[in-house]
Amino acid sequence: MTTDPGFWLLQTLNALQLSMLLFLLSIGLTVIFGLMHFVNLAHGALYAAGAYVAASVSAVAGFWAGLVLAPLAVAVIGVLLYGGLIRRMRRSGPMAQVLVTFGLIFVALDLTRLIWGDIALASAMPPLLEGRLSVLGIDYPLYRLFVIGLGLVVFAALAFVLGRTQIGAMIRAGVDNDAMAACLGINVERLFFIVFCLGCALAGLAGAVAAPLLSVSPDMGLQILIPTLIVIVIGGLGSLQGAIAGSLVYGFVQTFGAVLAPGLASVLIYGLLAAILVIRPTGLFPAKG
Amino acid sequence: MLDAGQAMEPVLELEQLCAGYGETQVLHGLSVQAAPGRVLALLGRNGAGKSTTLKTVMGLLPVRAGQVRFRGAPMPRQPHDIARAGIAYVPETRDIFPSLSVRENLELTARRFRGDWTLERVLTLFPRLGERLDNGGTQLSGGEQQMLAMARALLMNPRLLILDEPTEGLAPIIVQQLHDSLQALKRAGLSMLIVEQNFGFATALADDVAVVGRGQVVWTGSAAAIRADTGVQHQWLGV
Ligand SMILES: Nc1ncnc2c1ncn2[C@@H]1O[C@H](COP(=O)(O)OP(=O)(O)OP(=O)(O)O)[C@@H](O)[C@H]1O
Ligand SMILES: [Mg+2]
Repeated sequence: MTTDPGFWLLQTLNALQLSMLLFLLSIGLTVIFGLMHFVNLAHGALYAAGAYVAASVSAVAGFWAGLVLAPLAVAVIGVLLYGGLIRRMRRSGPMAQVLVTFGLIFVALDLTRLIWGDIALASAMPPLLEGRLSVLGIDYPLYRLFVIGLGLVVFAALAFVLGRTQIGAMIRAGVDNDAMAACLGINVERLFFIVFCLGCALAGLAGAVAAPLLSVSPDMGLQILIPTLIVIVIGGLGSLQGAIAGSLVYGFVQTFGAVLAPGLASVLIYGLLAAILVIRPTGLFPAKG
Repeated sequence: MLDAGQAMEPVLELEQLCAGYGETQVLHGLSVQAAPGRVLALLGRNGAGKSTTLKTVMGLLPVRAGQVRFRGAPMPRQPHDIARAGIAYVPETRDIFPSLSVRENLELTARRFRGDWTLERVLTLFPRLGERLDNGGTQLSGGEQQMLAMARALLMNPRLLILDEPTEGLAPIIVQQLHDSLQALKRAGLSMLIVEQNFGFATALADDVAVVGRGQVVWTGSAAAIRADTGVQHQWLGV
């Protein structure tokens, strides 16, 4: 089986698809952390919220409406979270932030149970993407190719904004040294608010994209949290390159581990995490600040 | 000269300022005024509270008691509002952004604060930066980083330029260049507040001097007066 090039291609595409999903989740979390040293453990809950909104909307108005509305709805949740909680917690230490946002996970868990019930929800794929496409001799689900493409497009757009625009330079400056950025007239708190809402929207987008692939269940946010944290630790906190590199490492190790060494797959990623932390304690591409 | 300067409304006025870090209070009722169009040097021994004074003016440390006034009005509280009010700050550590190129470090402020200082003009003052525009911010030498930090501050077109130990760690020839650049700024009429350990450098540039000791201003006078007063130099500066 492993000598068949089709097998390698198939698994590579699977790995890419997982990587892109993780990328959409980790980029918001890592930049929020880099900019404000704020740990939002409820980021996974925002992903679950995105999946639920997308599943509900798509049942009524179709997949594409869900794909657009879910990030918007989760961004609104982000605005409420920021105004109600996070702004007040900016000066409290990391321990308080970890505890409160960890608590939020369970609030979100119960809220989703209350609203949507305890059973898993299924979400339909759009008819346009239901089929399979022949890629270099193998048949691959079109929808998964769409996920890969979407992740790459988001990566390219963020790379452009962060790397080439004035607001991107302001965000990088804020990640490097928020006090000095403020002394240059940059309203770092507002920048943080914008980045936070954008990060929430991307988590919602990830949820919407994942909904047709997985069953939408209340604990999906908790399940994705650990992989997302591993991604940003491997990649290095605060940087776009780190988020994409960490996602690719996780996606490939997880996917190939599961098919080549099923017995080892679950420990493989933790071993790799430990190895990377020993060799590069700050991760592969940490922000420089 | 001094009388003419003091007759005008001070550009910056610190009144009975108290500030510090956590449990430790560093400034104990520090009062000083900076006259417009002049250079005020804050001198004093290590740990006297000079940098703490500057950080409090910039809003990086909270004012615990007393007042900071800028051009006759109470100073805003947030650093970005203070910057927008017209104060540019070059900290002791220069704080060049490592993730930004030299050009990006400069353009960060150039667009918000348009005025006489343009990219071309700062590059004529600091020509070496022109050759380094596409370098990373931290690939520069210490002297170049100091110049970049000053250029970045000038592009804010400030009404008051604050410099914390600009000559620290620089080679003598670079210190001489820095002196010339600062003299040019002084001639252009820019108000400056400078903290400096290099007594000769500071008193050659400054019009007025305030000596800080244990979180208070213990002496004020002209630069010429302190150059002549070896008693003050011994007691408060250890020169
Ligand atoms: N971040 C900080 N946390 C706690 N204490 C500090 C901090 N920074 C400075 N201090 C203390 O505050 C006092 C005044 O420090 P400050 O930096 O204002 O001195 P300075 O006059 O600028 O001296 P120097 O010439 O060494 O720069 C010192 O006793 C110093 O130890
Ligand atoms: Mg100092």
